[in-house]
Parts: sequence; structure tokens; C-alpha cells
Amino acid sequence: MGNVKTMAEMAAEGQKPEIVFWVGCAGSFDARAQKVTRAFAKILSEVGISFAILGSEESCTGDPARRAGNEFVFQMTALQNIEMLNMYQVKKMVTACPHCFNTIKNEYPALGGTYEIVHHTQLLQELINEGKLKVDGGAFKGKKITYHDSCFLGRVNGVYNAPREVLTSLDADLHELKRSKTKGLCCGAGGAQMFKEDEPGDKRINVERIEEILDTDAEIVAANCPFCITMLGDGIKAKEKQDNVMVYDISELIVQSNNW
Amino acid sequence: MIQQILFIAVFLGASLYAIKNFSKIRRNILLGREKVIEGDVPQRFKNMALVAFGQKKMFKNMIPAVLHLFIYVAFLFTQIELIEIILDGATGKHRIFAAMLGGLYTFIISFIEILSVLAFVATVIFLWRRNLLKVPRLVKSEMTGWPTLDANLILFFEIILLIGIFTMNGADTVLQSIDPVHYPDTGSLAVSSWLGPMLFDGFSQSTLVMIERSGWWLHLAMVLLFLNYLPFSKHLHIMLAFPNVYYSSLKPRGEMENMPSIMNEVKSMMGLTEEDPNTDMSAELPEFGANDVMGLHWKNVLDAYSCTECGRCTDACPANATGKKLSPRKIMMDVRDRAEEIGNHLDAKNENHKKDTSLALTAGNFQDGKNLFSYITDEELFACTTCNACVEECPVTIDPLDIIMQLRRYRILTDAAGPAEWLPMFTSIENSGSVWQVPDARDAWAKDLEL
Repeated sequence: MGNVKTMAEMAAEGQKPEIVFWVGCAGSFDARAQKVTRAFAKILSEVGISFAILGSEESCTGDPARRAGNEFVFQMTALQNIEMLNMYQVKKMVTACPHCFNTIKNEYPALGGTYEIVHHTQLLQELINEGKLKVDGGAFKGKKITYHDSCFLGRVNGVYNAPREVLTSLDADLHELKRSKTKGLCCGAGGAQMFKEDEPGDKRINVERIEEILDTDAEIVAANCPFCITMLGDGIKAKEKQDNVMVYDISELIVQSNNW
Repeated sequence: MIQQILFIAVFLGASLYAIKNFSKIRRNILLGREKVIEGDVPQRFKNMALVAFGQKKMFKNMIPAVLHLFIYVAFLFTQIELIEIILDGATGKHRIFAAMLGGLYTFIISFIEILSVLAFVATVIFLWRRNLLKVPRLVKSEMTGWPTLDANLILFFEIILLIGIFTMNGADTVLQSIDPVHYPDTGSLAVSSWLGPMLFDGFSQSTLVMIERSGWWLHLAMVLLFLNYLPFSKHLHIMLAFPNVYYSSLKPRGEMENMPSIMNEVKSMMGLTEEDPNTDMSAELPEFGANDVMGLHWKNVLDAYSCTECGRCTDACPANATGKKLSPRKIMMDVRDRAEEIGNHLDAKNENHKKDTSLALTAGNFQDGKNLFSYITDEELFACTTCNACVEECPVTIDPLDIIMQLRRYRILTDAAGPAEWLPMFTSIENSGSVWQVPDARDAWAKDLEL
């Protein structure tokens, strides 16, 4: 058995974590995103931050339901989460999903849930700046890396620098995409598109994005969102470039770099 | 004297007609549902100063920003000359400011002339970009027909207006040397002092007077024409950009408008609040989201009327870029067209448009068998990824996404329509708290993780 603790377990032991790790549905169930979840949990543990997950008490934040237009389902799941978070008196959270991040940060307050929440790239930057997280950049020295802004971290919440600063610590050869920061191109998953077929069109949005990524000749695309990672991965497969380009979450790059 | 009477008649007539049409636009905007927009007045004024007055968001795209700035600044400063034209027209005097301001007058008019030349160049380049270069965002499918004609007419009017200014000033400089008593010295003007003699030297005094008057009237006529054209044109943005930016949301961009009615109902279902004994359970089920202009809030409609159809939103839209039907600009154009349609029906006072024939025809008691879905298809609505690129791009802070989301809510909640693939996602969140129906425990990923 692993030794990641849930809030319920900690509460039973009369403990309080420094921070709650909000895992999200993708991070919990999607095989690819689970690797990101493990990588980030590993980092938290290595730097000695005590954290807890919510385990089975965590539900979907409701972002895809709300943006699909189903306010009822959103309110149900959101209010359930808020009730649980308030019961544990949760103050500070971190998540590796920009959709969860946005909903908890910007939408839960109107429903009675106010918490301090950071995206994991923000926490990583903070830890690096404080000297608590040391990144051994050797593994990536000189490697061509590009970075894909997720809409909900970038354009929606204005977080452009934190992930870039973390990437800089890898000592890699960082290349910006043509459409980046405020002009970043969506991966195609947001607004609950992840859960439906595309409307008729000329091409898929992730393919459009991948073409731009392939133009940079980068070996690695760094991302910050589990849905972007799925979409970009699918796009690379559609282009049959899975041997040339890898998609990683920023936390995975840190773990690889430090050989943890 | 005849000129004075004619001026006052034309000026008042045109102004009254404009006021009538502007009040219709105000009425159409207020077809939208009530929403109280208030708070942080200093921030709102700051946004208006930077974004509307200062055109901050235009400068993400340098070339059109600079060209647009020429026309905009020329427009602003020409107002000084326009005030003089109005005062001259009403009092029968000629160049009333010239004697009052002296050297400063020469400077101001010269400055306006230089700006006017720049505006002229910019207008020609805009015509070229739109009609010959065919900049992609300016020629997309929703621009076919009237929108393109509208855009070209505006540019054409601008050219005529500028020709009016230079005809008036040019003939005037020549007249000053022939008849200094009636034509007060303006000093040496930056453009007209060489353009005037070049065009009009050797003309008889009576011809020159006629040319000068033609230029003066042409300028005035174009201004009044423009004023009355605005209510029917995308060019309305020159006025509405200011209130539109002022009233734009100051909330985080990622926050969708909460629906307290649903929140409270869900809370009471979950036993989180006491049941309100005054709740009328027999009351008609409310509609959720918006299916027509009356369901949107008034700021959405103001957004639509402020849109100048520049297409920066559509150009940045990932769905549009990959050949999907969705175009945020078209959404805005559709909302305005529908608001106009409702407004026109209300003005026509047709009995057939009453929902309840025993009551008066009002926005609340209106039906014409159409709604916004007669304009906007599901294929458009459900192609949106909520990426906020359109919101980010708009130079006058229009929010097409807010409208798209309200229409989606209506399709999903009120019509129980929308993509069938979403149903398992909704059910799964409702039943198992996850977007996917999976048998694993939520913390299965941690089971073998030794930290």
C-alpha cells in the first residue's frame, strides 16, 4: 500500500496538512494524467511538504458540466465539494488541473467556498525561488523544449510566467510557439469538448496546434493541463510523430530531471 | 440670412432624426434583462480611458492600430472645426474662431489638416486591405452583403468628408488674398496654403465663393449624414465603445455568471437550506439560460451594438480556424440583427406579435415565432471551447463567450437538447462525482505509490 494520506485519515489522526492536493477527475482516473499526479505527489514529498488528498470525498469541480450548459449538475457537485471542504476547514489547495484551479478559485466563492488555491506550476516556481526545490537540469541541457499555454491557466487566469520560470530551471533550449501567452491556441478540449465529437470542420484543433509544435522541431512539449496532454498526445499520434515528440507535464520534467 | 435659416433647419432636422433613432437603439439595448452593473467606478473610468479613449487593446496589432489611430485622432480634433462650422452656420459669421484665436487658430487648423491627410491615407489603405488585399478576417462568410457594403460606405463617406474640408479650406486661403474683409486671415495653413492656390488660382471670386460654400456644406452634410447613418451601421462603435468598456465586467475572466435560482434550489434539495414556505410550488417553471434577446442581459445587447465587425475575435477562434461554423463575430451580429428585428416589430405595433392579445404589445408580451436560435445554430454553439481568445482579442471588451454560454444553458436545461455524448458525462458527475464512469477508486493512483 502507498502512503499518500487522505484528509479523512489525517483528521482521524488529529493532523492537518500544510496543503491539500486537489487531484481532479483526470488526475485520478486518466492513465496518462495519473502519471502526472504521481510525479507531483513525488515532488511534494521530496521537498518535505505535508499534503493530503481528498480521496473518495473529492468530486468533479463541475467545470465541464457548467461550460456544457448544465448548471444543475454543476451546482450539485460544486456544493457537495464546498460542503466537504468547509467541513475539513480547508484553507490552502494545489491542483495540477487548470480547470479545477479556475473553478475553485473563481467560481466557488459565489457558492460559499473561499479557499486559497494555486496551480501546481505556481507552487513549483515558489519552491524553486525559495530554494526548497533544486532542479538538476543536466538531463535536459540543450534539449529543444516548447511550451503550450493552457487557456485556463494562461488567458483565463493570466498565469504565463510561473510555468516558464520552472522550465527555465531545466537548463533546456526553450522555444516559444508562434501562438503563445495571450495568443495561445487552445488544444481543443475546453468547454466540455473533451467529452464530445468535434462539430464538422476542416481539421481538429489539436492537429492545428500540433502542426505549429512540429514547426519548432522541439523534442518535448511541456504542458500544464491533463486535457491538453491528452489532446496534444492524440494530435502527435495523428501525425505519426510519437517517436519524435513527447508531451510532458512540467512536474514530470522536474521528476525526470532530478531522477526521482 | 437664407443660408442661416437653411443651416438651422437642416441641423435641427438631422439632429432630431438622429435622436429618434438613437433612442430606438437605447430601447433595443434595454430589451435585454435587467442586470445591475456597479462598483469600482475609478477602475471603470480607468478602463474607459485606457481601452476606449486610449485604444490600448488595438496596439496588439500594430499596422491596423496606427492606421486606425490616424482616423480616430483626426476625427477627435476635427470636432473643433465642426463646432466652428456650427457656430458660423447659426450666426452667419465666417470662421468665428480665426479672429478670436489668432496664431493658435493657424496651429489648430494646420494640425487638423495634417491629421486629415493621414486619415485620408489610412482610409485608402483600409479600402485596399478590405477590397484588394482581402485580409482574411475582413472577408469571412458572415461579411457577405450588407456588412461589407457598410464597411466600404463608411470609408467612402470619410473620403468625401475629407474632400469637403480641403475644398473649403483651400478655396478659403485663395479668397483671403482677394477679399480680406469677408475672409479673415487664418495664417499659413499646413496643407491648404499650398493645395488651395495649386487647385484654385485664377478662379473668379464668385466661383471661389461657390467652391468654398460647397466645401462647407459638403463637410456639414457628411457629418449630419454620418450621424444619421450610425444607428444603422457597425460604425456605431465610435460612440458605444465608451459605455461598453465602462460597463464591462470587472470580475475574474474565468468566472461564469452564477445562477442563484438554481443554486438555491439545489441547496434546498441537498438539505443545505431551510425550505422557504412561501415558495409557490405551482409557479411556472422558469426558463434557464437565454433563447432570445430578452433572455440575455442588457450588457450583452450593448456588446452587440458596440461591435464594429473587425473580426479579431473570429480570427483568434480555434473552432473557426479549423473550419467549424462558429464565429464569435457572427454571434454578435446575430444578436444585433435580432434586437433590431424585435425593435422594428414593436414599432410596427402589429397585433399578431402579441403573446396575449388582451394586453399591450411590449417586449414582455411579444412573440413572432422566432428567437435567437433562428439565427444561431447548435453547430455554432457547441463548437466553442470556452478558450476566451475572442474575449481577449476584442478591442472594445465585448464578451461573445457570455452569450454563447447563456444560449447553451437554454439548449441544455430548457430544451433538453444538445450533444448526446454529454449525457453520460452529466450522469456520471451526478451519480459518481466523476466525469467518467469508472469502477476504480478515486485514489487508485496512490495505492502503490511509496513516498
